[in-house]
Amino acid sequence: MIYADNAATTRMSPGAVEAMTACMRERWGNPSSLYGFGQDAAEALGSARERVAACIGAQPREILFTSGGSEADNQALLSAAALGERRGKRHIISTAFEHHAVLHTLKKLEQKGFEVELLPVGPLGQVTADQVERAIREDTCLVSVMYANNEIGSVMPVAEIGQVCREKGVLFHTDAVQAAGHLPIDVKAQGIDLLSLSAHKFHGPKGVGALYARKGVALTGLIQGGGQEWGKRAGTENLPAIVGMAAALEESCAHMEENGRKTATLRNQLIAGLSKIPHSALNGDPVHRLPGNVNFCFEGVEGESLLLLLDDLGICASSGSACTSGSLEPSHVLLAIGRPHEVAHGSLRLTLGEDNTQQEVEEILKAVPQVVARLRDMSPLWEDKVEGKRAFLI
Amino acid sequence: MALYSETVMDHFRSPRNVGVIEDADGVGEVGNAVCGDIMKIYLKIEGDIVTDVKFETFGCGSAIASSSMATEMIKGKPLSQVLQLTNRAVTEALDGLPAHKLHCSVLAEEAIRAAVKDYYDRRHISYDPKDFPEGGHCESCHGE
Repeated sequence: MIYADNAATTRMSPGAVEAMTACMRERWGNPSSLYGFGQDAAEALGSARERVAACIGAQPREILFTSGGSEADNQALLSAAALGERRGKRHIISTAFEHHAVLHTLKKLEQKGFEVELLPVGPLGQVTADQVERAIREDTCLVSVMYANNEIGSVMPVAEIGQVCREKGVLFHTDAVQAAGHLPIDVKAQGIDLLSLSAHKFHGPKGVGALYARKGVALTGLIQGGGQEWGKRAGTENLPAIVGMAAALEESCAHMEENGRKTATLRNQLIAGLSKIPHSALNGDPVHRLPGNVNFCFEGVEGESLLLLLDDLGICASSGSACTSGSLEPSHVLLAIGRPHEVAHGSLRLTLGEDNTQQEVEEILKAVPQVVARLRDMSPLWEDKVEGKRAFLI
Repeated sequence: MALYSETVMDHFRSPRNVGVIEDADGVGEVGNAVCGDIMKIYLKIEGDIVTDVKFETFGCGSAIASSSMATEMIKGKPLSQVLQLTNRAVTEALDGLPAHKLHCSVLAEEAIRAAVKDYYDRRHISYDPKDFPEGGHCESCHGE
């Protein structure tokens, strides 16, 4: 099997598995218990918090453990909105291609009377600090711009946006789910007030993540109950997962540069090779791009068929086609960068990690053109285009 | 647990009757590129019998499998039987489709109907318009 869907999830690192199993075997006490065995667990929790904080330039007290990136996004936005509301500020700026954890939360806030402004992201999937600056108003309470896009891999100028927000006194949240462990994060230097991350995107376990909230940014609890996480996230902590996340993040950050370099080299080969397929187009920013992200549209074919045929060849990939999502609309990200519906249906996302090899890239480069050609061969849409009855769009 | 039944995957991997009939007696095309699926059916008809059928499909796995299965089900059949083919029969023959893929089998039924209608139109054969209702595919697609 060639696993090329690292943006969906990643293989757990052996170090993280080891840390988790040791925790489950030996430190299964409740961190809230008073006796020594419980306090051992509390110590492990505290150590995990310190290590996660250190990886992103935060203080331990600024890290809140959650069930994952979606919960962190929800809590960040709802907290910032609550703070804004208290001061009569109900304008929120975000982008058209955020993850649904952000977009759907913003929809909810809209229903509660907030005004949400989604910045356009242009053909490369980028927003500029200037765009953000121009959109900020007297009543803006929050700017939420993702660090890197999960589908097309574009990396946003987070530090510049953070600086603008700081100058204007507006809270800045970034969904860093795809960036954490892969790109450098320094919340202080980058002017980030709120940041979401998810462990399973950097070789940690599923079902755990973290929300960084700068000291002084009061969070609203989503779950009521006990006093865990300073009363901002009730429920006994998922300690094994938290410990696994800390181990995985430390490991990823320690090897970030070499992993990034290796992955980007493979990514560039893949992009160069797939670009040779006629009527194909790379989605996302070719320069400011996640090291492992490759995303193409192939005209005249449909994404789900592409994935099924690649699966038959042992290649795991993903697509922004409507048919793969179970919804009727193709990816909102591809539509946001201006791909027509028809083209968006024919998208393929391959996301590499440091585990991938040169040989695997070569196999992918053999498989994809074959599969695209096979589907085009039976596509009436492709036939019409070749015969000039319909225009090529890319 | 796979997304599709073995039968769907078999017809998707090895679709029957793919291609074009250059001198077809009836051609039907339904769906549209915006929705992500287009199905085109070519019929060769002798007397009242579908002697050959080919298809081309732009679409997902179930769209390709539905086209393949539907063409198999009408080959060698008289038009009276061809017009009785329902999307339900296609779905059953495929050992089922996921709920959100059922429209693919509808598309196959509609494409075949459109091809038969085209044949009747070309030959100026009169027919009952009730047998050829306007395709509802894209409505179902955008109806939410």
